[in-house]
Amino acid sequence: MSSYQAGFRVWRGDQDGGELEDFTVEVNEGEVVLDIIHRLQATQASDLAVRWNCKAGKCGSCSAEINGRPRLMCMTRMSVFTREETITVTPLRAFPVVRDLVTDVSFNYAKARDVPSFVPPPGVAAGDYRMRQVDVDRSQEFRKCIECFLCQDTCHVVRDHEENKPAFAGPRFLMRVAELDMHPLDAAAESGLDRKKTAQEEHGLGYCNITKCCTEVCPEGIKITDNALIPLKERAADRKYDPLVWLGNKIRRRGE
Amino acid sequence: MATGTEPPPTHSGVHGATRATIGARHLRTDRWWLSPALTAGGLLAFVLYSTWRAFANADYYAAPYVSPFYSPCLSENCAPMRGGPNWEIIGGWWGLSPALLILIFPLGFRLTCYYYRKAYYRGFWASPPACAVAEPHKKYTGETRFPLILQNLHRYFFYAALLVAGILTYDTVLTFRDEQYAWGHMGLGTVVFLVNIVLIWAYTLSCHSCRHIVGGRLKHFSRHPVRYRLWGWVSKLNARHMQLAWASLISVGLADFYVYLVASGAFDDPRFF
Ligand code: SF4
Ligand code: SF4
Ligand code: FES
Ligand code: FES
Repeated sequence: MSSYQAGFRVWRGDQDGGELEDFTVEVNEGEVVLDIIHRLQATQASDLAVRWNCKAGKCGSCSAEINGRPRLMCMTRMSVFTREETITVTPLRAFPVVRDLVTDVSFNYAKARDVPSFVPPPGVAAGDYRMRQVDVDRSQEFRKCIECFLCQDTCHVVRDHEENKPAFAGPRFLMRVAELDMHPLDAAAESGLDRKKTAQEEHGLGYCNITKCCTEVCPEGIKITDNALIPLKERAADRKYDPLVWLGNKIRRRGE
Repeated sequence: MATGTEPPPTHSGVHGATRATIGARHLRTDRWWLSPALTAGGLLAFVLYSTWRAFANADYYAAPYVSPFYSPCLSENCAPMRGGPNWEIIGGWWGLSPALLILIFPLGFRLTCYYYRKAYYRGFWASPPACAVAEPHKKYTGETRFPLILQNLHRYFFYAALLVAGILTYDTVLTFRDEQYAWGHMGLGTVVFLVNIVLIWAYTLSCHSCRHIVGGRLKHFSRHPVRYRLWGWVSKLNARHMQLAWASLISVGLADFYVYLVASGAFDDPRFF
C-alpha cells in the first residue's frame, strides 16, 4: 500500500463561531486519524488546537467526532475509510467548545465530585482489605474506564438537552455509583448513605432510557448499559417498587 | 418513525450557544437510519398481525394445538379444549375475544422489557433515532415521570411471564396427543410448539430483572455460590437478550399462525407417529 491524498474537513473556531474547513493531506499506510491531524498541524494549520497524550487509547484525551461518530482519534485507523471519502472531524458536540477540536469537559469533573467516594469498612485498616475475586469482578469491569467521556458526549439526555445537565450525572458517573454499590467492601450503606436511592434521586438515573449509545461508543468495550445502568435501575426498583423484595428483607436481614 | 424530517430545535442541544457551531443535526455518513427503520417495521408487522389474531376470536384451537395467544383461556366463551387450558376464572360475562384477557401479560412484559424499550424509544419515538443523531424533541424527562416511570414495574410482568411460560409448557406437553386426545403422538405442530417454548423460556430467563433477582442484587457472590452460578448462566443468556426477544417474538407468531392454518382447514398437520 502506498500513500495517498485524503480529503479532510476539520471544524475550526471557538465560542464566537467557526466552520468546517477543507484540507487535502497525505495519508500513509498504518496511520490513524490523529496522525493526520498532526500532519495538518505540522504542514498546513500550525495553530490547530487538539488535545492528545498517549496515542495508545489509554489516556482518553483525543476524543472527537469522526464522520459524526464519537471516537478516539488515536484509535481510529485510516484503513476503515475509503480513499475517496472526505473525513469530517469535529470537536465533541455535547460540551462547550474552547477552540478547534478542544472542548471544555469540566461538566464531567463536576459530576465526578458529586459521587461520594468509597466508604472504608469500619475496623479494617487500609492495608488489610481482603476480597474475593468473584466479588470484585463486576466493579473491576468499570475500572477499565479511561475517562474519555465519549459516553457522556453521546448520551442524548445531555447532548440534546442542555437543561438536563444539572440533574443528570451521565453514564460514566452512574457507572461509578454502580461500581461502588457493587463493591464488596464499600460501607456506604452502614454509614447511612444509600447509593441506590441517590442514583435515582440525585444523579438522575431515571433520565436514562437505556438506549445504549454509551455502550456503543465506549472504546474500552465496557457494557455500561447492561452491567451498570440496568442493574442500578433494578437495585433502585428493589427499594421502591418491589414489595416482595421489601418483605423478604424484613423477614431475614442478612448481611449481603 | 425516524425519518429525520423535523426541524432541529435551535435553542438547545447540539445547536446550543456554547457548542461548536455546526448546522447539521448530525454528521454521520453510515446508514444509521437502517436499524431503527427495520426495528420499527418489524414491531409494526407483529403488532398488526397480533391485533388481527387477538380480535379474531376464531381459529385458535385445533386439537391438540391451542394458539399461544389464547392460552390460558380465562372466560367461558372459549372453545372447549379437553385437558387444555380452559380456566373460566372470570366467568361468562366477557363477550369479547378471550385472547384480550391473557395477552395483557405478555404484552406488558414485552412493553416494559429493557430491550424493547430501547427498540421503540429509538424506532418509534426517535429518542434518540441513533447515536449522535439529534432527537427532534424539545424536552426530555426520560423515565423520571408518569407514565414512563411505570417501566420500573417490569419485574411484576416478569413474575407473570414465568406463569405464562409454565402454561405454554403445559400446552406443549398436550401436543403429544392426537385429534382424539390419545397420547403418544407427534405432528409437525408439536415441533413448532417445542421450538417456540424453548425460545419463550430462553427469552424469559434472559430478562434483566431475572438476572437481578437470581443473583445480581447480591453484594457478595462468594457467600452465595448457588445463586452466583445461576447468575452466571442467566448472564450468558442475557447477553443474547435482543436476539432472543426477536426469535421468541417470531416463534410465538408462527406458532399461532400454524394453529390458524390447521384450525381454518387451510393445512393438514402432518403426523410423524
Ligand atoms: S443508555 Fe442511558 S446513559 Fe447510556 S447513552 Fe443511553 S440514555 Fe444515556
Ligand atoms: S465508560 Fe467508556 S466511553 Fe465512558 S468515559 Fe469511560 S472509557 Fe470513555
Ligand atoms: S491520545 Fe490517549 S487516548 Fe488517544
Ligand atoms: S424481558 Fe427484556 S429485560 Fe426483562
